[in-house]
Amino acid sequence: MIRLTNVCKDYQTKAGPRRVLDRINLTIHPGQRVGILGRNGAGKSTLVRLISGAEQPTLGTIERNMSVSWPLAFTGGFHGALTGADNVRFICRIYGVDFEPRFEFVKDFSQLGIYLDEPVGNYSSGMRARLAFAISMTIDFDCYLLDEVMAVGDETFRERCKYELFEKRKDKAMLIVSHSHRYLRGTCERFLLFREGQVEEYDDFDDVYFQYKEMLGEAFESKEQMVAAMQ
Amino acid sequence: MPNNEPATAAPVGRLLRDNSWTINRRVIGALLIREMLTRYGRNNIGFLWLFAEPMLFTLVLTAFWTATRSIHGSSIPIVAFALTGYLSLLLWRNMPNRCINALQANMSLLYHRQVTITDIYYARIILEMMAATTALIVLFIAFFALEWMNPPEDVLQVLGGWFLLAWFGAGLALTIGGLSEKWDVVGKLWPSVSFILLPISGVAFLADALPPKVRDVMLWLPMLNALEFLREGWFGSAIKAHYSIPYVLLFNALLTFIGFSLSRQVGLDSSQA
Repeated sequence: MIRLTNVCKDYQTKAGPRRVLDRINLTIHPGQRVGILGRNGAGKSTLVRLISGAEQPTLGTIERNMSVSWPLAFTGGFHGALTGADNVRFICRIYGVDFEPRFEFVKDFSQLGIYLDEPVGNYSSGMRARLAFAISMTIDFDCYLLDEVMAVGDETFRERCKYELFEKRKDKAMLIVSHSHRYLRGTCERFLLFREGQVEEYDDFDDVYFQYKEMLGEAFESKEQMVAAMQ
Repeated sequence: MPNNEPATAAPVGRLLRDNSWTINRRVIGALLIREMLTRYGRNNIGFLWLFAEPMLFTLVLTAFWTATRSIHGSSIPIVAFALTGYLSLLLWRNMPNRCINALQANMSLLYHRQVTITDIYYARIILEMMAATTALIVLFIAFFALEWMNPPEDVLQVLGGWFLLAWFGAGLALTIGGLSEKWDVVGKLWPSVSFILLPISGVAFLADALPPKVRDVMLWLPMLNALEFLREGWFGSAIKAHYSIPYVLLFNALLTFIGFSLSRQVGLDSSQA
């Protein structure tokens, strides 16, 4: 379980401190899949960073009794001078797990072949994304964080990612940030809409998406019309 | 479709169960290897620079000293003098250099729950310590084999002095590193400050050679005290050393305390960047 109690997060801006999240209370249970929607800058990624532990809240507490992944397919942790294999080794070392079987898996899954022995700095962004996703799948977490990741790679690779995540790991908790209705609908059972530092809870995708569209100024006249438009 | 899942999955909960000392050691070890690979590379040319630079310095100073022997008439063992001076400088000066803005360069590693900014500082400090110590040992063996320098008279005292310098460097690195995240200007000013400290921290002189009044002022520098102590261990009775070990211990302890607080603070505010 992950529990956020009265969590606030401020960032310094030139215009003074800005409260991005304001007294958020939230509990994520094991196995729950939570979809997150909101405008750019509404605090979605901030929440992901707080839950992953990369940042500390300004106020409030975060309890974690589940192991939480780093944001999936996150390429920022790679060092350009290190090879793909070195980066896998680094991850295995910090998580204290065996390298060999995981490297086999990464080789198999990323299909990067001989490029795994080349510096990551020479990779294309697509190759980087493949490597990052494959590495993310080598450590078993109770809760996975996905921040706008499914746009990576080609169609077949995306399908493999989907299978790896949502079929093999169906019992895991997930926090999924996305703007795509195709992606969130049917995947998540619970939705959070970020609005002005607050979080609104929804159980039904059509409800949350209707509100979200309205917030973006692309409102539909009714929910039925929206559902029809999405087909 | 890859389907070798159980083999690749770490046991659930293990990431939470390991105690924090085990995790710290694991993370610092991993960071150390990562730093080593990115700094020195896989081919050994990069690694050789570790020795080449202090070796060149020692040789140049020795040549200069020997050429001007008729002027100064000093009989000090110059190779050992230059080597201890320069490597001591490298030891305490490179640690802060490496910790300045270390957070900005490694922010993305903090997404891994068990990696903290202090781990990054420790890994960099340990790497510098290892680098300078390796250079000292390798160059000593080389110069000893060439009969250019004698072994230390008191190995323990040399180790003690080396340790005091390393400790000073570590405390300074945590302090400067922590301050540099708060105020950019600290990172910008540090190169100038360390440049000023270079000639006055005993790299190329013995405290005994200074006029007593100047010497009393200079001995406020803890690294000069520690270096004098180290050199007394190396040369023994050949030189008259001036130092106060209690002063160095007190200074180091204080600096380490400040460094710990500042670097911990960086971890807490890392979100502000």
